[in-house]
Amino acid sequence: MIVKRANLTLWERLFLPTLLGGLQVTGKHFIRTVFGGKAVTMQYPEQKWVVPEGYRGAPYLVRDQAGDTKCVSCQLCEFVCPPKAIKIIPPGDSSLKADRANAEKTPKEFEINMLRCIFCGFCQEVCPEEAIFLQRDYSLTGETRDEMIYNKEKLLALGGTHAGVQKWKQKLEEAKGQETFPVKD
Amino acid sequence: MENVLFYIFAALTLLFAFLCVANPFSRNPVTSAMFLVLTMISMAGLFVLLQAFFLAAVQILVYAGAVMVLFLFVIMLLDIKEEERRRFSRFSIALGGVSVIGLGFILFKTIRESKAGEGLKLVAVKGSDTAALGKALFTQYLLPFEIVSVLLLVAMVGVILLSKKDLK
Amino acid sequence: MEAIKQFFSGLSWEQEFVIFTTLKVCIVLFGAVLPIVAYAVLVERKVSAWIQDRVGPNRATPFFVKYLPVVGPILVRLGIFHPLADGLKSFLKEDFTPAHVRKVYFWIAPAIAVVPAMLALAVIPFGSKLGDQKMVIADLNVGILFTFGIISLGVYGLVLAGYASNSKFSFLGGIRSSAQMISYEIAMGMSVIPIFMLVGDLNLSKVIAYQADGAWLVFKQPIAFVIFLVAAFAETNRLPFDLPEAETELVGGYHTEYSSMKFALFFIGEYTAMIAASAMMVVLFFGGWTLPFAGLNESATTFAMGLAHIGIFVSKMLFLMVVFIWVRWMLPRFRYDQLMDLGWRRFVPLALVNIVLTAVVLWALHPK
Ligand code: SF4
Ligand code: SF4
Repeated sequence: MIVKRANLTLWERLFLPTLLGGLQVTGKHFIRTVFGGKAVTMQYPEQKWVVPEGYRGAPYLVRDQAGDTKCVSCQLCEFVCPPKAIKIIPPGDSSLKADRANAEKTPKEFEINMLRCIFCGFCQEVCPEEAIFLQRDYSLTGETRDEMIYNKEKLLALGGTHAGVQKWKQKLEEAKGQETFPVKD
Repeated sequence: MENVLFYIFAALTLLFAFLCVANPFSRNPVTSAMFLVLTMISMAGLFVLLQAFFLAAVQILVYAGAVMVLFLFVIMLLDIKEEERRRFSRFSIALGGVSVIGLGFILFKTIRESKAGEGLKLVAVKGSDTAALGKALFTQYLLPFEIVSVLLLVAMVGVILLSKKDLK
Repeated sequence: MEAIKQFFSGLSWEQEFVIFTTLKVCIVLFGAVLPIVAYAVLVERKVSAWIQDRVGPNRATPFFVKYLPVVGPILVRLGIFHPLADGLKSFLKEDFTPAHVRKVYFWIAPAIAVVPAMLALAVIPFGSKLGDQKMVIADLNVGILFTFGIISLGVYGLVLAGYASNSKFSFLGGIRSSAQMISYEIAMGMSVIPIFMLVGDLNLSKVIAYQADGAWLVFKQPIAFVIFLVAAFAETNRLPFDLPEAETELVGGYHTEYSSMKFALFFIGEYTAMIAASAMMVVLFFGGWTLPFAGLNESATTFAMGLAHIGIFVSKMLFLMVVFIWVRWMLPRFRYDQLMDLGWRRFVPLALVNIVLTAVVLWALHPK
């Protein structure tokens, strides 16, 4: 599309109207801020921003309603994470058992490097267990780099319980309903 | 004091000029241009010693401040890489030789004919006084001045002609 | 006191000159220029904040503030201590030299950017007299040419920084600054010619004396003033002509690759150039240290008068600096072709017309 621009008149080409207009606008705002106290700035550490519902802050691991770890160490999130912020050590040969009955594995260690994480939400998206969620924290600080690598315990503690679906419990009930597919409890 | 300063500035001018054309450490055109700037500035120092403040200021303003910036501009815009040592054609050597001899002759003649010290005083009076300088340019040296102006005009017209994309 | 007087009366002319010049340089540089630079940055931040409905810097609280009952918190809210913190911060930051830069030029470019701006201040008469000392560091009889010459060297800092950084953003910034500075130098130089046709001298003290006798030159030469003002914006790389930096297109332009104190030097250079430009405008167009009433037009005879003159000069200068700052937050950046068009096709011819006009008027008034 071609936009036709109107030719400027001589008065306009002198830049004077623009200058005066700019002076008027800036002057108005200046006076309003200085004398009217109308600044919109939020004094951050004292006043905190109310995080809206559905905000995607730092990713944390969550527990289900029964207080069990939901993550099953499938490592999909580790694989999908664009900046490679997640590091998972699977249980391997160790006799580490999942704390849920119908989960096979649970991660031995689960680390998220919050300095690398870009809050993209891919991990949440990809997780088959709904075990990881981007939550409300948006300002993470630490004095060392090590401090910013959050381990499993910390992530679980920060993540809390997620009152969502308990996928496997639901599946179990579904399966129980279908006589043809007997499942051990 | 002034003698010492003269030798310092003269030595610096020669050194920088040498580094500009035959720098043994770097053949980077930007470096050459920067040394040319330093040459100009040391020359302005020489003018100051002759009490020719006006000339000194103009030297810095025009040569160091404007002409050399344009040089740099062109060097950077055309992205000239290291200048390789290239063979000169016979024609350019001959032409260069002739101009060197001519310049040397004029220089030699001027130095021989001027009685030591007198030439300096002449500049000292004229150079510090802008009005006198202007009068000298427009009366005594009017012809050379006009010729130079015409030369510049020709150069300017030439540039405009060359830079026009299609000649009709 | 007696001993000091004795000491000074025993000095030869040269010794006195050296001592007082050194003193003046130190006082002007460390007592005036650097603090003004620091606080100009603060004013810049505050004014921009206020224009944009924000509050601006209001946090830095040094330990002694708690001993100042009422004033302390107010000063903190005005951000008075931020420049100190900023200065300290720029010293403590990591001085990072990227791997692919041309080291020598990368190191000297910031220095080249600062020095000319500071040198240009040397010829500016910032007051009449204190005692028998003239309040100007170097009273050259080609003052204005000196300033232009030195200021024109400032562009090397930017060009070399752009060249040395070896990155595209810096390079474009360097190229732009060289073309821009040259173009506007011409307009700027030609805009002041009518002033010297009126005054008949290149010495800046004479220019002030001329204005003390009659009206300020801003009234006699409004066209020259407008051209000079706009060209000054372009020469100091301030918005609306900050194309060499152009944060939104070139990241930071010529100083993209710089950090820590080297970056701070570019900053100081820019603000010192702003001081120099404002001071030049005060001298050339606003009567320098004079005021046309209360006998302030005469050269000072008492110490208090001398101080008052310096105060007048500084306040005029600060006013112009606020204009510089305000304009930055008022106007959007020009496009490069618009900038060149304005410089070459509008201001250069306008300046020429102004010269001819002034010559004709002068000739009509004083035919010889
Ligand atoms: S939010 Fe994105 S970057 Fe952060 S851990 Fe999850 S996948 Fe990785
Ligand atoms: S958080 Fe989800 S995606 Fe990541 S390992 Fe655990 S179960 Fe798999």
